[in-house]
Amino acid sequence: MSANRFNGFTDYGIGIGLRAPHYDHILTRKPVVDWFEIISENFMIDGGRPLDILDRILEQYKVVQHGVSMYFGSAEKLNREHLRRLKDLVQRTKTPWLSDHLCWGSVDGRYTHDLLPMPYTFEAARITAQKVREVQDFLEIPIAVENVSSYAEYHDSEMTEWEFLNEVVERADCGILLDVNNIYVSSQNHNFNPLDYVNSVPAERVAQIHIAGHSKYRKYILDTHDHPVIDPVWKLYERAIHLAGHTATLLEWDDSIPSFQEVHDEARKANRFLRATALAEAV
Amino acid sequence: MKLMQLQRTMARAVMQPLTSSERMQGRAPDGGPMKRYASRFIKPNDRLTSFERLEIYNRQYWFRVLAALGEDFPGLCAVLGQGRFDAMARAYLIANPSRSFTLRNLGSRMESWLRKNPKWAGPNQELALDIARLEWADIEAFDGKTEPALRPDDLSIAAGPRMKLTLQPYVRLLSFRYPVDDLLLEVRKEDEDTDFASNTFQERRKRKRVRAVAKLKPAPIFLAVHRIDYTVYFRRLDQEEFSILTALRQGKTLAAAVEWAFRGSQIAPEERPLKVQTWFETWSTLGWFCRPEKKQAAS
Ligand SMILES: [Fe+2]
Repeated sequence: MSANRFNGFTDYGIGIGLRAPHYDHILTRKPVVDWFEIISENFMIDGGRPLDILDRILEQYKVVQHGVSMYFGSAEKLNREHLRRLKDLVQRTKTPWLSDHLCWGSVDGRYTHDLLPMPYTFEAARITAQKVREVQDFLEIPIAVENVSSYAEYHDSEMTEWEFLNEVVERADCGILLDVNNIYVSSQNHNFNPLDYVNSVPAERVAQIHIAGHSKYRKYILDTHDHPVIDPVWKLYERAIHLAGHTATLLEWDDSIPSFQEVHDEARKANRFLRATALAEAV
Repeated sequence: MKLMQLQRTMARAVMQPLTSSERMQGRAPDGGPMKRYASRFIKPNDRLTSFERLEIYNRQYWFRVLAALGEDFPGLCAVLGQGRFDAMARAYLIANPSRSFTLRNLGSRMESWLRKNPKWAGPNQELALDIARLEWADIEAFDGKTEPALRPDDLSIAAGPRMKLTLQPYVRLLSFRYPVDDLLLEVRKEDEDTDFASNTFQERRKRKRVRAVAKLKPAPIFLAVHRIDYTVYFRRLDQEEFSILTALRQGKTLAAAVEWAFRGSQIAPEERPLKVQTWFETWSTLGWFCRPEKKQAAS
């Protein structure tokens, strides 16, 4: 079920985010890892060490590209320079699918470098879906959009976040990178039941799943990717793979990054749920 | 609200500077109270007001871009001192919000902006401009393009004086009024050393560094910022050596570049051929020359 047209009919297992503090360990020890997710923007450059490291990783590992600045939801036009550089990288990595966020972050050519939440309106869904289609056509690979963590909601919203996600992916005919940690964070910040969200996702469109840790403050939760995954997030994960099947899963750890082994061990905890799903699918 | 209008309204608030205590300002971009501005488009919840929810994004924005600029310009920070650097960085970002999808390019206008806005460059403007230019060149040299290098065997002066040579795009050629290469290396070394030290200790070291920097004497230098095995290095050049390389980059033939470089030179004419030969061997050993395939960026 998990190999679908939104992830290039691949059946990737558990991956981790490729981060600079682990380069040395990976290149010298060559640990067994199903796949790495890279942040595209770190490699959309002309040359130098980052591309050399990427090439060496590509010789041994499967790599999937994940972006942070496409801003499908920005009302302004797509950035052509961004797309051209991204296509060069897609040709280099041969990523079977590519993900970026269902959010906005730039206006009038000015970039906030943040993942700002969408107003859940039909107008926004139409504009966003149109841009996803444009990117998909230009890059000629499947696109998956990722739900973000948010700390604010708009008066303008006409539907729930999950209804908005459905609206966009149906209109764009694209995949979903389901981030169960982001669902949990937003559910706490906006008082909804995260299971309602997970249950409403069109499972056949899930290309990949993100798991991560976060930081809890007194009045809200921030998506900081600097902790292990908490139990309620594992519960959502369990539900997600029950619905979507054995899906490519990736642990994000971006701050206070521990050793490679620790990150990898945390990611592999997903195996207990994946095995159970595989068994259930087999019988 | 239309999507575009909503995004403009929110971005104006998010990119508006924080107060001195790093909170969102009480006054909105439209001059009215920010509480009213925020509540027009952001819903409150049971724990946070519209203002407080918007403030999360406002603070995140500034923390992110200020941190990025601080990472890219530790030398400029040492020259200005932390307090002056922070004020300058805010002013720079207000005048130059990011126009690129990547934070890598955030500091691209630092030197030119400081030149036009000298009040942010501290008491020693020339030193601030020099270090800002070096730090930007360092970023460009780090991930600049490499073309297939011409090795010493491919090259020899015997190949002819009319030969045109192309420099690797990642090699940056710069002249400075201050020895900022030494300064930047010193700053980095100190940053590494103090990574493990306590905060008060770090502060004391920083203040000492600022005092030392303030005493730095002008001494014109010529520099190539280049790479060996993907690590960026600063290589001091003789003035004539710098001139030859600059002329080659401008598209002059080797003969024309040499002639131009030695005009008014102190180096005795009989010593010049040997000098040029030695430089040439060094440049080609370092892989600085490539085939003139595509148009390359200026230095
Ligand atoms: Fe994520």
